[in-house]
Amino acid sequence: MSSKIVVTGVGATTPLGGDVQSTWRALLAGESGISTLEQEWVARYEIPVTFAGQAKVPASEVLTPQEAKRLDPSSQFALIAAREAWADAGSPEVQPERLAVEYATGIGGVWTLLDAFDTLKERGPRRVLPMTVPMLMPNGPAAAIGMDIAARGGVRTAVSACASSTEAIANAITRLQSGEIDVVVAGGCEAGIHPLPIAAFAAMHALSRNNENPAAASRPYDTARDGFVMGEGAGALVLETEEHALARGAKIYAELVGGSVTSDAHHITAPDPEGTGAARAVLAALKQANAKIEDVVHINAHATSTPVGDIAEYTALRRVFGDHLDKIAVSATKSSTGHLLGGAGAIEAIFTILALKERTAPPTINLDNQDPAIPLDVVVSPRKLPDGPILAISNSFGFGGHNAVIAFRSYN
Amino acid sequence: MALAQSEVLAGLAEIVNDETGIATEAVQLEKSFTDDLDIDSISMMTIVVNAEDKFGVKIPDEEVKNLITVGDAVSFITAAQG
Repeated sequence: MSSKIVVTGVGATTPLGGDVQSTWRALLAGESGISTLEQEWVARYEIPVTFAGQAKVPASEVLTPQEAKRLDPSSQFALIAAREAWADAGSPEVQPERLAVEYATGIGGVWTLLDAFDTLKERGPRRVLPMTVPMLMPNGPAAAIGMDIAARGGVRTAVSACASSTEAIANAITRLQSGEIDVVVAGGCEAGIHPLPIAAFAAMHALSRNNENPAAASRPYDTARDGFVMGEGAGALVLETEEHALARGAKIYAELVGGSVTSDAHHITAPDPEGTGAARAVLAALKQANAKIEDVVHINAHATSTPVGDIAEYTALRRVFGDHLDKIAVSATKSSTGHLLGGAGAIEAIFTILALKERTAPPTINLDNQDPAIPLDVVVSPRKLPDGPILAISNSFGFGGHNAVIAFRSYN
Repeated sequence: MALAQSEVLAGLAEIVNDETGIATEAVQLEKSFTDDLDIDSISMMTIVVNAEDKFGVKIPDEEVKNLITVGDAVSFITAAQG
């Protein structure tokens, strides 16, 4: 990398908490953010999966009614996370033309789209809200953030299913290295806990059916895992050139040292069982970081708790790291948060950054019987990471054969 | 039954407040929706549709451009209620 890129602010709203600190504390405490859905539509539509990871703090408790009215729930979460990250970074003074946004979603404004269709069917076209299009468009969250912080250096949205927000963070690297941009707000969001996405994911048998025990349903690497658990929320990072951060005396969490995107071209939903594309993404991110595989001490795995996905990721990691994999502390934090789809990579990037900064790998809950086909060193209670310069990666993979990997190094 | 002008104004002020957050007491007859209240065209269309529902009237699209002030809207709604 030509100039160093550092993380100076983090923000999140998740099933574990309404901000980063409460989320991180709950994660370290081994809590689950998954619970039974109380909405009337669960019974009305006989939804086969009756639980999810709902945002711990509803967006309506944070935003004004007028803000919420003009934003899809996905954008509401995005704005909450981005405002926290921006304030955490000290609300940097930056030329608007040198400030950019790279902000992702997996699905976009699905609530807005489907509510509007219901309105059309029940009440006719005149009752379809004029804000429907800007609220449903997948670039809506990025645009909302860009307006909020006056970013005029480009506002973009990566859409690559569950790899989306990791890809957005990787995309921020090229913006910052171009020399045209000093600061990027990057991350992603999702608000898909709506009967249609749940029914659709359930139809493809991607979701856990553990309706009796929701808190135990997301169980990556466990022999009893039976699918992922939908979550909602958002994460945001403030990324900037080291030069810019140092000049304004910003606190620095970690260094973003690599980001890579590859694709499988194998199957629209199934991961490549050989893990070739995922392995290439990991290797490319490490190459950008000028790192050796032995430098990696921690991995925040994609690990969604699906039977085939967890094994495919393991295969890719073994391919890259060989025997060194046995020395890497692996955390599967979706066990606590559920799977935030287009927001997953963003909150997991934050977990990776905090793991480096606090030298503590977060736990993986619900691992009662580790799958013998996945012999990873899985962190099950908070674990101290080594002193000195250390490196960690966060993986995200998405339907469509998308692989995205980002690498962070501790910053002293 | 037709509402008095003051009742229409109060109802309209509630709709404007709900859509934009503008205080109901700021919604006065002589205020311009765009110049004084800073209401954009998207919010205006939402206010119109909500007013149709609330007052049981029809406000044709071609009429909306003539509703410059709050008073214009109150007069139109009052007349349309007959």
